[in-house]
Amino acid sequence: MYRYDDFDRQLVQERTEQFREQVKRRLAGDITEEQFRPLRLMNGVYLQLHAYMLRVAIPYGTLRADQLRELGSIARKYDKGYGHFTTRQNIQYNWPKLDEIPDALLDLANVEMHAIQTSGNCIRNTTTDQYAGAAADEIEDPRPYCELIRQWSTFHPEFTYLPRKFKIAVTGSPNDRAAVKVHDIGLRMHQNEAGETGFEVIVGGGLGRTPFVGKTIRDFIGKNDLFSYLEAILRVYNRFGRRDNKYKARIKILVHEEGIDKIRDLVEEEWAQIRDGSLRVSDEEIAHYIAQFTPPAFETLSDDDADFEVHKAANRRFFNWVRSNVIEHKQPGYAIANVSLKPIGGIPGDATDSQMELVADLSEKYSFGDVRVTHEQNLVLPHVKKADLFALWTALDAAGLGTANLGYVTDIISCPGLDYCALATARSIPLSQRISERFGDLDRQHDIGELKIKISGCINACGHHHVGHIGILGLDKRGKEFYQITLGGDASENAEIGKIAGAGFSEAEVVDAIESLVTKYIDIRESGERFIDTYRRVGMDPFKEVLYGDR
Amino acid sequence: MSLQVVTANRLGDGLVVFLTADGGWSENINDSRVADGKDAAEAILAQASAPELDVVIVGPYLIDVEQQDGGLVPTKYREVLRTKGPSVREDLGYQAV
Repeated sequence: MYRYDDFDRQLVQERTEQFREQVKRRLAGDITEEQFRPLRLMNGVYLQLHAYMLRVAIPYGTLRADQLRELGSIARKYDKGYGHFTTRQNIQYNWPKLDEIPDALLDLANVEMHAIQTSGNCIRNTTTDQYAGAAADEIEDPRPYCELIRQWSTFHPEFTYLPRKFKIAVTGSPNDRAAVKVHDIGLRMHQNEAGETGFEVIVGGGLGRTPFVGKTIRDFIGKNDLFSYLEAILRVYNRFGRRDNKYKARIKILVHEEGIDKIRDLVEEEWAQIRDGSLRVSDEEIAHYIAQFTPPAFETLSDDDADFEVHKAANRRFFNWVRSNVIEHKQPGYAIANVSLKPIGGIPGDATDSQMELVADLSEKYSFGDVRVTHEQNLVLPHVKKADLFALWTALDAAGLGTANLGYVTDIISCPGLDYCALATARSIPLSQRISERFGDLDRQHDIGELKIKISGCINACGHHHVGHIGILGLDKRGKEFYQITLGGDASENAEIGKIAGAGFSEAEVVDAIESLVTKYIDIRESGERFIDTYRRVGMDPFKEVLYGDR
Repeated sequence: MSLQVVTANRLGDGLVVFLTADGGWSENINDSRVADGKDAAEAILAQASAPELDVVIVGPYLIDVEQQDGGLVPTKYREVLRTKGPSVREDLGYQAV
């Protein structure tokens, strides 16, 4: 895994000290809130409903054991014993005190972490496939490129005051687990006809109040040219992106208003000026970063483990966990183990200090000290020997982390919503809890199969409701929470924005409404169809009918 | 005419506070100075927005409240949550005390 060099270390430490001084000046009254606000936001410090919130970056969702242990320690020392993993592969703390945040940032810096790129109109923390370096279907580990993007984009002087925030996601696999088509820039690794590995560049995707699936601006860009090409896109956006209206300032609006062809021409024109400049990254330099992400020292193993099979046969709950939460690894004898942060009736993405420390310990014992955070708000131990899976699951299960529901109806994405967020218009967590309880029976979840429910507590769509197979958007209607349902969204390589089914439902009605959709799907599905497949086959009408009848 | 109080977040810890009758800030909405009518509301908001309070609180604003069972209750659910804490964690926030 990537380790900070002296430059990284100095950068983060200086930033931490700068912020300590800024906080001191703010508390002493030397700077006003108006002056301080942009400074605190650039360090991940928001003011939410009940308190400050600190958002910590987890670049490309990769953590070392000592880093996760420190995240647990910070939860205990500076917060109320828990943290919330977000849809941006970050972690948020909900109760830090302003004068203690510089200490928390120092603790983070000591394990090579920070809160940079978690707020403001800059290029944000780059996200990627949580199974990077482990997935059987991967072309190449995308993280060396993510790390290069991190280095290129961090404090980039030209792109610190963009028209609006800017999010880049990368997938190294054709099966997109990073939702790259709904980011400002999505990079999909693939090979061109000459057999070279590079990236399709997708631009102008996004969720929020104006959702779009991104459009391909370039089918193939070679690795050496990637960074100058990204710079060219950012330059075009920085120059032409709208600054007159916050709600029309994202690059998706520019692409939509000007058209992808015009944006492509502008980018190509800009790129022609800079493509042979200092941003052209040599093969040697790329190799240097690839070397930072070399696979761990896997043992040569048979892919079949007799004990593993015995445990599966003897223990139904373990069998079920393997069935949903364990994914094929590229290395024979190893597996990818998903740690669900969605216990039935629990708060999606929340983990206690001791749970974080436990997962850190288990990662050292079973997964080369490597942990991942997913945009679906779960954790992953990416490199576990099949022979160790039972011991791992036993330890996870004892700590409430053994829920067998990955990809099922109870594996719900939910933003913090009105329970925490100052922008929210309705609560989302309690709704996710009630849906989880309604469908908690595992046999029923197996019967339903893959079903992605995603809930946002406001139009900003942090809960990705637009790309949920069933999406739920919480709104405020004359002081009461009500919930709008969208159907047919998809965050994968077949990305689609869901369509609004019709009028919203009250808090009391909405869980029944979701259940009626699921029941309808079970009634009309054909063999092997997931909910989304059935929806694509039959369209909105049959589902609309169960929701609204003659209404 | 509706009743209003001023709320804000305290600078040091970000916690929710309310402007009190003596010009201080309390964690308890029932300590609030209540304004009845537009002029009174403008007056308390102006008081809460004094520049010297910038080192005490952040972002003061008016909220509508009602008298209920001898206590003040915000009319908007968002503000009710601010007086209590997250509905999903009743062990946290003011409701836990």
